[in-house]
Amino acid sequence: MATSSRLTVSQSDSPRVVIVGAGPAGTRCAETLLAAGIKPILIDENRRDGGQIYRRQPEGFKRDYPALYGTEAAKARDLHESFDRLRGQIDYRPDTLAWNLTAGQLCCVNQGLHTVVDYDALMLCAGATDRLMPIKGWQLAGTYSLGGSQIALKSQSVSIGSRVVFMGSGPLLYLVASQYVKAGADVAAVLDTSPFSKRIGAMPNLLARPGLLFNGMKLLAQLYRAKVPVHLGVKPEEILGDEQEGVSAVRVQLANGNTLTVPCDALALGYHLRPETQLADLAGCGLRFDEVSGQWVLAVDEEGRTSVKGVYAAGDGAKIRGADAAEQAGRLAALALLEDLGKPVSRQLVDDVRKSLVVMDRFRVGLAEAFPWPAAQAAALPDDAIVCRCEMISAGELRGVVREKGACEVNRAKAFSRVGMGRCQGRYCSQAGAEVIAAESGVPVEKVGRQRGQAPVKPLSMYTDEVVS
Amino acid sequence: MSGRFVRLGERDRPVVNLIVDGAPVEALQGDTLMVALLTRKAALRQSEFDSGRRAGFCLMGACQDCWVWTRSGERLRACSNEVRNGLDIVTTQPEAKWPLLHG
Repeated sequence: MATSSRLTVSQSDSPRVVIVGAGPAGTRCAETLLAAGIKPILIDENRRDGGQIYRRQPEGFKRDYPALYGTEAAKARDLHESFDRLRGQIDYRPDTLAWNLTAGQLCCVNQGLHTVVDYDALMLCAGATDRLMPIKGWQLAGTYSLGGSQIALKSQSVSIGSRVVFMGSGPLLYLVASQYVKAGADVAAVLDTSPFSKRIGAMPNLLARPGLLFNGMKLLAQLYRAKVPVHLGVKPEEILGDEQEGVSAVRVQLANGNTLTVPCDALALGYHLRPETQLADLAGCGLRFDEVSGQWVLAVDEEGRTSVKGVYAAGDGAKIRGADAAEQAGRLAALALLEDLGKPVSRQLVDDVRKSLVVMDRFRVGLAEAFPWPAAQAAALPDDAIVCRCEMISAGELRGVVREKGACEVNRAKAFSRVGMGRCQGRYCSQAGAEVIAAESGVPVEKVGRQRGQAPVKPLSMYTDEVVS
Repeated sequence: MSGRFVRLGERDRPVVNLIVDGAPVEALQGDTLMVALLTRKAALRQSEFDSGRRAGFCLMGACQDCWVWTRSGERLRACSNEVRNGLDIVTTQPEAKWPLLHG
């Protein structure tokens, strides 16, 4: 990474440190910095801390921690309580979007007001979103991202429909389905694209964290007890429905070759997570193609330093390893910064945190093996399946620009087809789009490139005013 | 279909009165606009690029599929804005009519 990581700052007694994201990584990062006498600015797009995983319900809701967070209740409570102790001592700016940056300056907008925040060091704890593979019909109303379906329940105590199918792959599929069952929702089926054999093959790595593996098995047992049909190794074919009324059923091919159609009015779809790397990308940080998960992730050293001096990253925004690892990585990135500022840091503590992350990394590999990204589905998408939900651009149109314009690089194909140019800015179509391009052009997916980050990283309102201080 | 989202709990909250497309709507304090709207109807808005209806997608402020507007034209993400008494929401973009290019 950066050749010499030593940071020089104008006022070494009070370096200006800005953290983006108040989830598990950002919270632990802020806590570690504060303990060392640095008061960070913590910018978070959400109204409340906790990130997505430990998202707090609105004031006035009464469910307790076990009801909200299940097996993770103690961790959620601990993170929230840690944050509550911190918030009066740091410069916490919720409801604030960091939408662009230049060297040393982060552009933010809060309630329509624009501010520029100066920094000596930037800690990117930006988190992740669901990773999506399109299926014909996924633009129909009633199709939600898997993480979105969990937010509906956790944050609002609603189900996304009166009869819900969970489809995709990954541990979250089983977690959210069982949370829905527990909350009294009607879960019509869980349809996992990963076959059972993958789980057996992944066992050695999954055994790195036997407790989590056991929790996963308990979730599956709960679903069986509730008589929820669970099918493994399915091939998604189509979400059926009407463009006015939305989803009415989903059709898949089962592992035995039979076709199964499940009537439903809502579908939660997701294949694990993808990192939010746009701000790091704009800062010029290097990314690398992660063979295990088949996606681009930030290139960081073991402690969270990116390739750009003074920019650090932790949590799922750097590497998808889940909430426990995010807490540890947040601490570690803070320790790395302290070290780079020439502050005393306990090597023992650094080594202990690093060691805990090695175990979590092995488990991460196990999860990727057990629930692989279904790259082949992109090649099998029918031409009339929509890839870009924002602007209704089909797989056939994307394939057309590969064939007719020779666009076998993601950004070029985006320019011709507009896949990745809509209002989600490629968050939900770009990875699948890359797979479509790769399959059509015969170029390996790691060679078709990745969509470049663009400012603003999320749409801004035309009514944004600048605050001049 | 009357409503898309189904309330599973937390029903014991004060009522909040807002206006959606000119009509009074009752919601519960702490509801996002998305929940207030989708517990009553099947969709939030019209897609600009086809004749389909949309009802949001990610619920975490990333997909921008749940835009609604205040009467004065301020754009809001329905998933990440809470209801307030007297809030006046429109679900079609004020002063913008998109031709349906796909029929």
